[in-house]
Amino acid sequence: MSIRHGLLALLERGPMYGYQLRAAFEESTGATWPLNIGQVYTTLSRLERDGLVRPLPENDGGQRPYELTDLGRAEITVWFVTPISRTDRPRDELAIKLALALTTPGVDVRAVVQTQRTATIQTLQELTRLKSRSDEPGDLSWRLILDAMVFQAESEVRWLDHCEASLVRYRPPDPAAPTTAAPEGADTDDRTEANR
Amino acid sequence: MILELRGVHRTHGTGETAVHALRGVDLGVAPGELVAVMGPSGSGKSTLLNLAGGLDSPSQGAVLVEGEVLGDLNRKQLARMRRRHVGYVFQDLNLLASLTAVENAALPLELDGMSVRKARKLAEAALDEVGLADLAKRFPDEMSGGQQQRVAIARALVGERRLVLADEPTGALDSATGEAVLRLLRNRVDAGSAGVLVTHEARHAAWADRVVFLRDGVVVDTTSPVGEPEQLLEAKA
Ligand SMILES: Nc1ncnc2c1ncn2[C@@H]1O[C@H](COP(=O)(O)OP(=O)(O)O)[C@@H](O)[C@H]1O
Ligand SMILES: [Mg+2]
Repeated sequence: MSIRHGLLALLERGPMYGYQLRAAFEESTGATWPLNIGQVYTTLSRLERDGLVRPLPENDGGQRPYELTDLGRAEITVWFVTPISRTDRPRDELAIKLALALTTPGVDVRAVVQTQRTATIQTLQELTRLKSRSDEPGDLSWRLILDAMVFQAESEVRWLDHCEASLVRYRPPDPAAPTTAAPEGADTDDRTEANR
Repeated sequence: MILELRGVHRTHGTGETAVHALRGVDLGVAPGELVAVMGPSGSGKSTLLNLAGGLDSPSQGAVLVEGEVLGDLNRKQLARMRRRHVGYVFQDLNLLASLTAVENAALPLELDGMSVRKARKLAEAALDEVGLADLAKRFPDEMSGGQQQRVAIARALVGERRLVLADEPTGALDSATGEAVLRLLRNRVDAGSAGVLVTHEARHAAWADRVVFLRDGVVVDTTSPVGEPEQLLEAKA
């Protein structure tokens, strides 16, 4: 990632212009990834060049909204169902992906979580296999490196478990409802209780 | 296949209060294969393990151990199958306080009608396998938690157990002891048994050949069998 994928995911909600995209991006990612407006425009023009978005007529305020093309929609679908590889992951892509999945219509967030969990545990299996083969005392430094990767992968799985437990409790805000907060105990989904 | 679950459903209770603990689970475990089962609390992991060991029976579908449908066995045959072929490790150890380590480990075989002498001999071999040969005559309260857990494992492995079932076997253990327990399980499976391990620890599940994810009584995903690790290294390079 990919500011590209971030913007595509946001456009899945409907057409938006540059400043709206920037605000929505920062809101979705909890301001963990500040974006300047220049980056938004450069990215939009590349997306347009690649046929993933298309510009709409300017509105009265002189702003030009963009919308997803079918190609762009396909691209974002593939992104959500593809696990991120541990080998080339920029730091927070996974966190950002989940934050966006939560607010993007039509995305099965639990499936996104599970896809990542499966991929990460698969990595853990491979690392464990390597570890169990290196029992020589001289291999210590190598084993410690493997351990570092094991702990990273493990903490990611824990975090995914945490995300899933939170998701079970999560109710998307109902736009029609008045903005009074629902009381905490009003959750009637009994799966919530069954979770650790 | 040593263990096979075919379209297994398990419903506890009836009517309004019925709980669908498992809803159509298919699973096969071959000799030499260790399968880990993960999933949130209440997803049906223990139910699956109890069914696999013949401690519970499916509401629908079939459970086969060594090709025999457990539902077709009479009570006596089932009890025999459990004691002969199936080893269990549970979170609560269920060691008998009045028996020594070797007596605890020999118990399933003696219950199965094996002579005391022969059963003890096999139990000593199992204790040796878990590194406790020297503590055979100790009582549970004379051993540490980790040692007691290893006795429970020896009891699960004693004799020719072709199917080893473990439900959170590393529960209260520190991480090094937990890892030792996993190695034991792994070794036995590598020697030709089939194993099913329920765990919520990703690091422990990673010892398995395959990890199955349960949610609300349904298998939602499975890792593919582990390939040669060299591939991973190439990917890193
Ligand atoms: N004997 C029983 N009677 C009624 N409900 C049960 C019984 N055993 C398990 N359950 C229910 O079945 C579901 C699965 O339980 P279990 O297999 O113990 O899950 P896990 O081991 O994954 O935590 C849970 O909702 C649990 O409350
Ligand atoms: Mg359980």
